[in-house]
Amino acid sequence: MTKGNAVPRPLEARKASPLIVSLSAVFLGIAAGCIFILCIGKNPFTGFERILFGALSNTRRIGNTLGMSTQLILIGLSVAFAFRTGLFNIGASGQMLIGGITGSILAFYLPMAMPRILYIPLVTLSAMAAGALWGLISGFLKAKFNVHEVVSTIMLNWIAYWMVYDFIPRFIVDPTISVKSKPIEAVHTLRADWLTSLTGFSTLNYGFLFAIAMCFIISFILRKTTLGFNLKAVGANRFCAEYAGIKVERSIMVSMAIAGALAGLAGLTYYCGYSNIMEMGKMPNEGFDGIAVALLGNCSPAGIFFSAIFFGILKMGRGSLAATGIPTEIADTIIATIIYFTATNVILASFWNRIFRSSFAGKEECARAAIAAEGKDIPFESLTKAEFREYAKKGRALQKGKEAE
Amino acid sequence: MGIWSIITSIVPSAIAYTIPILMGALGGLYSERSGVTNLCIEGLMLFGVFSAAATIVKLQAIPGFSFLLAIIIGIIVAMAASTILSLLHAFAAINLKANQVISGTAINMLSTAVTLFLAQTITGSGNITIVRGVIRQDIPVLSKIPVIGPLFFTSAYWTTWICLLLWGASWFLLYRTSFGLRLRACGEHPSAVASAGVNVHRMRYIGVMASGLLSGIGGACILVTYAGEYNAGSGINGLGFLAIAALIFGQWKPLGILGSTFFFGLCMTIANMGKVFPVFQDIPTGYLGMFPYVATLIALIFSSRKSAAPLASGEPF
Repeated sequence: MTKGNAVPRPLEARKASPLIVSLSAVFLGIAAGCIFILCIGKNPFTGFERILFGALSNTRRIGNTLGMSTQLILIGLSVAFAFRTGLFNIGASGQMLIGGITGSILAFYLPMAMPRILYIPLVTLSAMAAGALWGLISGFLKAKFNVHEVVSTIMLNWIAYWMVYDFIPRFIVDPTISVKSKPIEAVHTLRADWLTSLTGFSTLNYGFLFAIAMCFIISFILRKTTLGFNLKAVGANRFCAEYAGIKVERSIMVSMAIAGALAGLAGLTYYCGYSNIMEMGKMPNEGFDGIAVALLGNCSPAGIFFSAIFFGILKMGRGSLAATGIPTEIADTIIATIIYFTATNVILASFWNRIFRSSFAGKEECARAAIAAEGKDIPFESLTKAEFREYAKKGRALQKGKEAE
Repeated sequence: MGIWSIITSIVPSAIAYTIPILMGALGGLYSERSGVTNLCIEGLMLFGVFSAAATIVKLQAIPGFSFLLAIIIGIIVAMAASTILSLLHAFAAINLKANQVISGTAINMLSTAVTLFLAQTITGSGNITIVRGVIRQDIPVLSKIPVIGPLFFTSAYWTTWICLLLWGASWFLLYRTSFGLRLRACGEHPSAVASAGVNVHRMRYIGVMASGLLSGIGGACILVTYAGEYNAGSGINGLGFLAIAALIFGQWKPLGILGSTFFFGLCMTIANMGKVFPVFQDIPTGYLGMFPYVATLIALIFSSRKSAAPLASGEPF
């Protein structure tokens, strides 16, 4: 903070940072999970030990966890991007389905001999375009007709659900199991030989690299471009942005389209990388978990990356719970509790602020005592941070000495 | 099959589908009128379905226990359970001034996860099927009236009449009593109400709890009328969001939501029973299933432009 000859900040108590608030939400979520496990008479520690074992015990499992996190990173980015513009995209599931079905149909009908270097960009861009279109519908309805995006995206989720229900038997059905699509040939998935063999035949695929790239791209768009600034301005105060000459309606549509594109890409990595089939009548849960990822990551790309890995561990690790008799839904319970606590982060922030304030008050008292003991007459306000810390330490030592006597 | 016979077979089912949506929308009406945006109707209704299912299954398993009494107790438990869950939303929205959209979404996810978790521990499979729901009955005299009789009074569930009674009582409470005036004022201009000496927080708590109670009844109605089971896989298929859409389409007015929920009920009937009628037989299942949601979107396009939403809905006080 104090660079060069900038005015030093006055000494004051620390403020609760988003990181500490998120970590407390995670802690409370896990605590709630423990209580639930205790309620059904099981041991929570073995439960969490199994989750960690299932997610991280060998390279293959780590690969699978990262493969699961891929979707969560992309959905998290999608939700966060819309959120920065003041929109709440809970239609990521539908956008995923649309991206996934586009990718699956292309994988089915494009010639096998097509070179990978051409094929992968083509599917990726098509899936993103399809997702963007799906997101754009709710953006358009919001901008032009003031339709609440939460309701419209949910409706579009179900429309996508029934569309996929219709498209699978029509275009890509597996004749032996009529409710699933035919598995995609390995050359037409996003899996790469070097990634799979590196992680002992896990589900890790190119999508993970795309997701990391997207973290950087989204971070760049939000921080360094006019587009990002306009979108954030609309999110901060719609009327102020309008007054400043930003085209609010267009920003809403662009924001939803980009969010949709990210979710469409997530659908591609999910259905044509992580898995290679689509099932009829199944809504991907990941679309909703992405909300938790975005909120826990404080809507910043770096935060989203780490929270997606965390949720990836929960979601992959729960598969190993079966032996303990704990229902695997405990992971979803923990995720939902974490969202609730991130939504109510005011209470967590004020809790930490109170702790910081009281600890600062204690230190201040010690520092004053130390200054008085040394007989110096230094105005308290002129202390630098380092000096303050030193005096606080001395004061603490003095107090201890007195207590010992 | 003549037109008349199609109508007489559609309308009673449409009424059955309407009632849960009506209860959800009515719950939303209380909450939004008091100034709290409530997007967790879906979660509250699902919680109602689950708690009613768990209670009724346990009671109906007792030999000699009256099926009817089990259903009544189930509905009451569902009301209580959803009200308790709605308190979580009320606490976040009113006391902590949290983002109400996020809090609502969290409640939805929490409800899905917790009900699944508990259902797995209770039955092992995740689905809870009750032995017997409410039996459809013809109303003795009224069903003999020509035209209206076969449409509204034949093969009706008794829960329908209770729900309609609740709707009427809500209209009276909100528009004909001083309590209703205060509640609605809390959603329009809370500081004015506060200056008149009314406890805004208390009124909003009442609004949100009423939405929990009514959504609980709605959920229980889904279970005891047409569904008959708590299904872990599909939940309630976005019915709670249809209720919110009906609330918007009905312009936040009791009579409006009665009309809009009946419209959605009709759409749901066509989606679910379409295959029975020769008129719709050639339409693929996917398009029939999509129909209510597309209709909702179109309805929202026409009704959202001139929104009559309570002014302070979603604003913390």
